[in-house]
This record gives sequence, C-alpha cells and structure tokens, in this order.
Amino acid sequence: MALNGLQLSRRRDVRKRWLLSAPALLIIFVAAIGPLFVMLAYSFMLKGDYGDVKFGIFSLDGWTSVLFQRDIFDDTLGLADAHLTILWRSVKLSLYTTVVTLILGFPTAYFISTRPPLSRDIWVFLVTIPFWTNLLIRTFAMQQVIRNEGIVNSVLTGLGIIDQPLQIMHTDTAILLGMVYVYLPLMVLPLYASMEKLDFRLIEAGYDLYASRLKVLWRIIIPLVKPGIIAGSILVFIPSLGAYVIPRILGGGKNMMLGNLIELQFGAGRNWPLGAAISIALMVLVMIALLFYVRNASRSGAGHG
Amino acid sequence: MNWKTTAATTAMMVLALAGSAAADGELNIFNWGDYTNPELIKKFEAAHNVKVTITDYDSNDTALAKVRAGGHGFDIVVPSANYVPIWVKEDLLLESRPDEMENFKNVDPRWVDVSWDPGRHYTVPWQWGLSGIGVNTKVYGGDINTSAIWLDPPAELVGKINVEPEMTDVMFATIKYFGGDWCTKDLELLKKVRDKLTEAKPKWLAMDYSVTEKLPAGDYSAVYYWNGAILRSRLKNADIKFGYPKEGYPLFMDSVAILKDAKNVENAKLFQNFIMDPENAALISAFAKYSNGIKGSEQFLPADMKDAPELVAPPEFEKAGEFLTTCEPDVQELYTRIWTELQK
Amino acid sequence: MARRTFDIRAQPGFGLLALFTFFALYLPIAALVAYSFNSADSLSRWDGLSLRWFISAWQNSNVQDAAIRSLVLALWAATLATIVATMAALATTRTEPYRGLTFKYAFINQPLMVPEIVTAVALLIVFSRVKVWTGYSGMGYLVLAHTAFCIPFAYLPIRARLESMDLTLERAAADLYATPWQAFRRVTLPLLRPAVIAGFMLAFVISLDDVVITEFVKSGGQDTLPTYMLGQLRRETTPEVNAIATLFLALSVLLVTVFFFVNRRKP
Repeated sequence: MALNGLQLSRRRDVRKRWLLSAPALLIIFVAAIGPLFVMLAYSFMLKGDYGDVKFGIFSLDGWTSVLFQRDIFDDTLGLADAHLTILWRSVKLSLYTTVVTLILGFPTAYFISTRPPLSRDIWVFLVTIPFWTNLLIRTFAMQQVIRNEGIVNSVLTGLGIIDQPLQIMHTDTAILLGMVYVYLPLMVLPLYASMEKLDFRLIEAGYDLYASRLKVLWRIIIPLVKPGIIAGSILVFIPSLGAYVIPRILGGGKNMMLGNLIELQFGAGRNWPLGAAISIALMVLVMIALLFYVRNASRSGAGHG
Repeated sequence: MNWKTTAATTAMMVLALAGSAAADGELNIFNWGDYTNPELIKKFEAAHNVKVTITDYDSNDTALAKVRAGGHGFDIVVPSANYVPIWVKEDLLLESRPDEMENFKNVDPRWVDVSWDPGRHYTVPWQWGLSGIGVNTKVYGGDINTSAIWLDPPAELVGKINVEPEMTDVMFATIKYFGGDWCTKDLELLKKVRDKLTEAKPKWLAMDYSVTEKLPAGDYSAVYYWNGAILRSRLKNADIKFGYPKEGYPLFMDSVAILKDAKNVENAKLFQNFIMDPENAALISAFAKYSNGIKGSEQFLPADMKDAPELVAPPEFEKAGEFLTTCEPDVQELYTRIWTELQK
Repeated sequence: MARRTFDIRAQPGFGLLALFTFFALYLPIAALVAYSFNSADSLSRWDGLSLRWFISAWQNSNVQDAAIRSLVLALWAATLATIVATMAALATTRTEPYRGLTFKYAFINQPLMVPEIVTAVALLIVFSRVKVWTGYSGMGYLVLAHTAFCIPFAYLPIRARLESMDLTLERAAADLYATPWQAFRRVTLPLLRPAVIAGFMLAFVISLDDVVITEFVKSGGQDTLPTYMLGQLRRETTPEVNAIATLFLALSVLLVTVFFFVNRRKP
C-alpha cells in the first residue's frame, strides 16, 4: 500500500522525535528505572551470609520476612512486629506531618495571596528560599533549635516556664518537627498556586448572602482551593513516607522509619532481599497515594469544567 | 557562550573530574568515624607525597557490607579483632605481611601472636580499648561499675542513656550480665538476653555516636560506650565518671588491613609501616584517646592520657574484661537476629 | 461591626498563623548562621563573635575537596541533564499526540515519583556489581545517577516554555531556506534560552543538594559536601559544620535569587 506524502512525513517526524528523546529516556532507564527491576529480582533471591544475595537462587524469604518472622526461640511463625512498628511509625508521622503542614500552610498561602501583587512575590520568595536550601542543612538547623541546650529549651528555662530542659531530640516528636519544618514549603507553594486564582467575587457573594466568615471559609474558599490542598498533601506525604535523613539525624538511631529500615538491611542487617522487598513495598505505598491523587485531581478538574 | 568558552569549560570539568595530579599517589582509608587524627594524615601526606582521603563508617557490619558489595574504591579498612577472621575468610584482605616490615619491631609482643591474626600477616594494631560506662555524676551518684546502668537503669537515668550501636559489644555485655559465656548457644539464656534488651531499649534515649559532644553537654547523662570517647567527654566535663561493668565487659582491638582489591597497595603498605612508628602511634592515640599497641609510644602521649582511669583498669575489675572473639556462623546469625529484632 | 470597611479577604487568625510560619521557617536558619560566628569550641556555648570556624572550614582540605567535587558534579549533571532534557522537550511538545507520548512523559517524570532511598539502594545493587565487573569505580556513576534525577527538573521549565511558543517562526525560517539545524540555532534556541537557563539552574541546585543517592553510590574518596556533612552530623559537631552550612546556604540563596529575578523578568 502506498503512503501519501503527509503520512510519510508524519512518520519521519515521529521517528525523529523518538531519536531526540532517546538520550533522556536511556539515562533514566539506566540510572533510575532499570535498577528498580534488578531490585525486584533481588527480592526473590536467597540472602548471602554477609550481605549481597546468593545469585540466582530463588527464595520467598525476603517477602515473607517483610510481615512475618520465625520466633528465634520456639520457631513459630508470627507477625514481624519490629517491621510493623516501623511501618506504623512511618505512616503515622507522615500523616501528622501532612496535617500540621496543612494547618500552618493554609493560612500562610491565604495570607500571601491576599497581599498586594508586588509584595506577594517577595512573600513567595521567602517561602522558596528554605525550599531550595539543602535538606541536610535544614535538618541540622532544626536540631540546634530543639536540642537540650537549644533555643527552645533555653528560652523556656530562661522564662522559668520549665526547670528541666524538654527532651525533644531523639524522639518521634523530633522527627515530626523536622519533617514539618523541611516539607512546609511543599505545602505552601501548591496551595498558593491555587489560591492566587481565587475569585473573590464569589466570597463577596457569600457575605452578601449573610454567610459568616467561618462559613465562607468552609463552604467557598476550601472547596475552591481543594486541588491545591490535595496537591500539597501529596507533595508532603510522599517524601515524608520515604524520609531517611531526618529520622537518621533527629531520631538518634533508635526511632527508625521505613527509609532507615531499608538502609539497615543493606548494611548491618545483611539482608538484601528483605531490604529490596521493603523498598518495593514502600514504592507501592507511594504509588497508591499518587493514584489517589490522580483520581481526585481528575475528578475535581472535571467539576470545574 | 561561544564555542571557545564552552570548550574551555568542558576541558576544565574533565580535568577537575579526573582529580588533581598534585600528589604522587593516593590512599583511600575507610575507618571508623572520629577516629583518625588529621595531624597523622598530614604527616603521612607530607612524608610520602600521597593524597589521603578518609571515609567514615559506623559499625563493623556496615563496613563489611559496603566492602562486600564491591566497587568500594578503598585501600585500607580498620576492622575490630572479632571481625578480622570474617574479612579473611570472605577473601577481602590482602596478605600484606606487616611482620616483615621495617617498623614491626616496635609492636608490643602482647599484640603480635593474636588469635585473629597469628603472627600479624594481615593487620597492624591501630588502637585498643573497651566498652564501659560513662555517667554524669551530677545526675546519678550510685554505683556505676555495673551494666545495670543501662540494662536496669536507675530512675534518674531513664530516658537519658545512649548505647553504642555495635551489635557484638551490646550482646557481650548483656550475656555476661546473665552470667553466660560469649558465643553461647544456650537458648534459655539468650531468651533472657533478648527480653532484657527489649525491655531496656525504651528506657534509652539514643543509640548514636555523638557521645563526645552530647555527654559533656548534658544531652546524655549515661552511656554504654567506648572508653576513649568517654575520656574525651570527661576532659570537657569533670562530672563524667567512668565505670567498669563488673559483670563483664568486652575488649576490642581495631587493626589496619589492606583490601585485596586495593588500587594503591604500595601506599597502603607504607601507611601500615608508618603507624608502627612509636611517634606516629602516639599521634593516633592523642586524638581518639585509646591505647595503641606500639612499644615506646608512651613517652609521646599527652599528659591527660597517663594513668587515665578510663585506660587503666583497677585490679578488681581487670578480670571482668575479655577479648571479643569470632563466634561460629550459626551463633553469629542468632545474635544478629536478636539484634535486628531490637531495631524498631 | 466596629470596622468601617468590611474586608472580605480577612480571615481571623490567619495573618498571625502566617507570620508564625515565616518566623518558624527562618528561626532555625538564623540560629544556624548565628552559631557559625561562635568563637566557642562547642555548639552548646556562646563565647562571642569570631570568624575562626569559617577560617578553619576554609582551610580544611576535606571540605575543600568535597566542595569542589560537589560543584563539578553538579555542573556535569546539570549540563548533561539540560541538554538531553531540551532534546526531550523538543520531541514531546508542539505535536499532535503520537503513540508513546504519554509513556515518555511518565518515563521522564519517574525520578520524581519514587522515594529517593529506594532509587538509592537499587543503584547500590546495580552499580556495585558493575564496578566489580568493569574495574572502574570513578565519578562516572555519580554523574550518571545525578543526571537521571536532574532530567525532570530541567525538563519541566523547558517544556512549559515550548508549549507557549508556536511553530510560526520556525516555519518562516524554513521558508527562507534555513536548514532545520539553522532554524533551531538561530530561532528556537534564542527564544528558549531563559527556560534553558532556568532548567539548568534547577538541575544544578537539585544535584548540589542530593544526599541520599550520593551516599549510596559513592566509592571511597568521593564524598560531596552534603555526604561529608552527613558523616559529621552524627559525630562531634563543632561550629565548623555551621560555618560550612552557612557558606552552602549563601550559595543556594544566591542561586535562587538569580533564578527568581531571571524568571520574573520574563513577560
């Protein structure tokens, strides 16, 4: 069958487009996606004695030990409560982080979007700076605020409110504070993006109809900026779930999250298949969160036409 | 940007990435964190015109895992005595024959025919010490010569304790606490060990490394940790006292070994020989405050190390110290499982 | 209502909470910077102003090496990522949908979706084996890994810019017998330049900031500034770490400020 000229040139165009995008796709395949498949394979192999795997020997041990463990002493199969504790801590702290950043981020984004346009940019800029500051530096900064001789404790003891310093470092609270601090900009920025477009005539109409401020907030503003709320929550929740640096520094090596549990298996735990299985489980959790987001985003997008 | 500047930038980037060619050679050391005297390194660099880089690790297991994975790029590693046989068995170390080196004559005979490396065919002594108790006596005034400080902590210390995250040291002290022998397979005793550790862990604040900073500052009030670090803490805060667990405490010696796939073997051998010189060995100790195994280094040690209570055990506690040995693989596996269960 | 005008934008307490947020965002950074000027040996005491820790950080050869390595690595990764991302953006915009287009979007944005620690251990598994096979354990692995996660950051602004440009000018150039390359070089690229610069800078900052992936991929003697600091943070930290962090912070702020004004000037 003969192709007409248009079809031919279109085909050539598509081929050219594949060639153009090939380097980017190749690099991402080699250094991001491909290794994930190798890891998937590793999760089904038998663990080596001192790390690594016994290559090519199939085993489901990695996956079963994500949730179950054989008791050391009576050899019965039970739930791996160490892993479940860590999983629960990760999910719980990530949810808390999301809620706290939302409580702080919502008024902040609203505040910025109600400034005059010129100063708005400056406020946004002020949120952007911490966002682009190294995560490690921000965690370290937080540590100096909450440690026993840190600012918070010095001020509180100085004012005579407490006489013993509050023990915040090395607790779950420390990790929570660290994550809120580090991920707050990720909540404010998308919230602001959707509030910036807020149509204040709708709010005016609300007040004309004798709505209270709370009612306007609840019935008009929040529904209008819902996409921003969802986007911000996802952007905070996902990195919180995979946090590694923050719990490592603020948790004192005792309060682990999933990221640290994964690292442990590739280091001192010497159980690569288990580490690989937990990694994949974490990825699946993140994908579920993302799917939830995509579904909601498309639904609310459709709602606005 | 025109093409010339682009080309120039690219050339610079390539050069920078390839590394500077100022020194004759390189040496990559993989050592415990906060353990290497920068002055020692400067002296070695100047003496042999070699560029030394140091990378930190946290525990014997971490170091072993990283090297075992391959492609690590290190020349030298400093494993503890009870891990050396594993490194040798896993075929990771080069038989560099320190015993045939010029400075070997300085090694204290006590440290030559050691069980983990008889006759020193692989390793050179770096530092040795023990895991003991450090307590801020302003917070707690009772008896500190016992593992109960961290296994059954007194009320004043609950929530203020840091325990070193090194599996074998923690297991050793807890087994001894129940009167067991190191490397025991006695399940009944090990169950007690597991239950005690599980019960005690919530009473600890951390299992971390920054003791020399946080113990004197008051973030921690008690630690189960290595003696040199507690000595350093005491020098900053005189309220810190050192205790020898009477139930039993582990002795360690970390030794410098060359990796089989090292790229800079000659420089690594120079380094092994270099640290057997008494003056250089003293430099090692002066920084991290542990004893070394080199004769004649005492005269070069700083005054604060002479007769330090952390380094010289009183006679009544000397017997409680015992060198860690390598357990059978199945025992090792058992201990690792107890340890991993603790990590929640 | 006591007030004369009713402000429909006001919500009670929001201003206060917002100001608290800004205070909370800047207090830790301010403390960190302040303590880098501390003359005491430890972070738990304040002995007075001094530059001694900046001098000691500046003279610390580990810090120098790590800083240079970080900058060179970021330069490489950002350059490579920007080049391939520009190509990919040209290939995925201003076209009718074709088979594989959505696949490409998903592929390019993948590094944003997967937790860093997962990518890090996956790379550890693969690269450690490749290092043994090839015997090469140089900086190439870090450059490759950084380039991969920088691509989506470079891609986003470039794609956004391309989508707002139509093909009229390129067609005009073609009508005047310009080769496709000439049209790209003389027409598309100059129009695209601000977006390419923005993409490059984003990628640069992202590479400079990375801790987790670098920590797992690096071989001996390949510490970057963030991994060097990570090692220090669990040890005895002196105000020297603050000084390093302050310098690093200054660099980031500088880059972000430039980025902010470059972007702002665009119509």
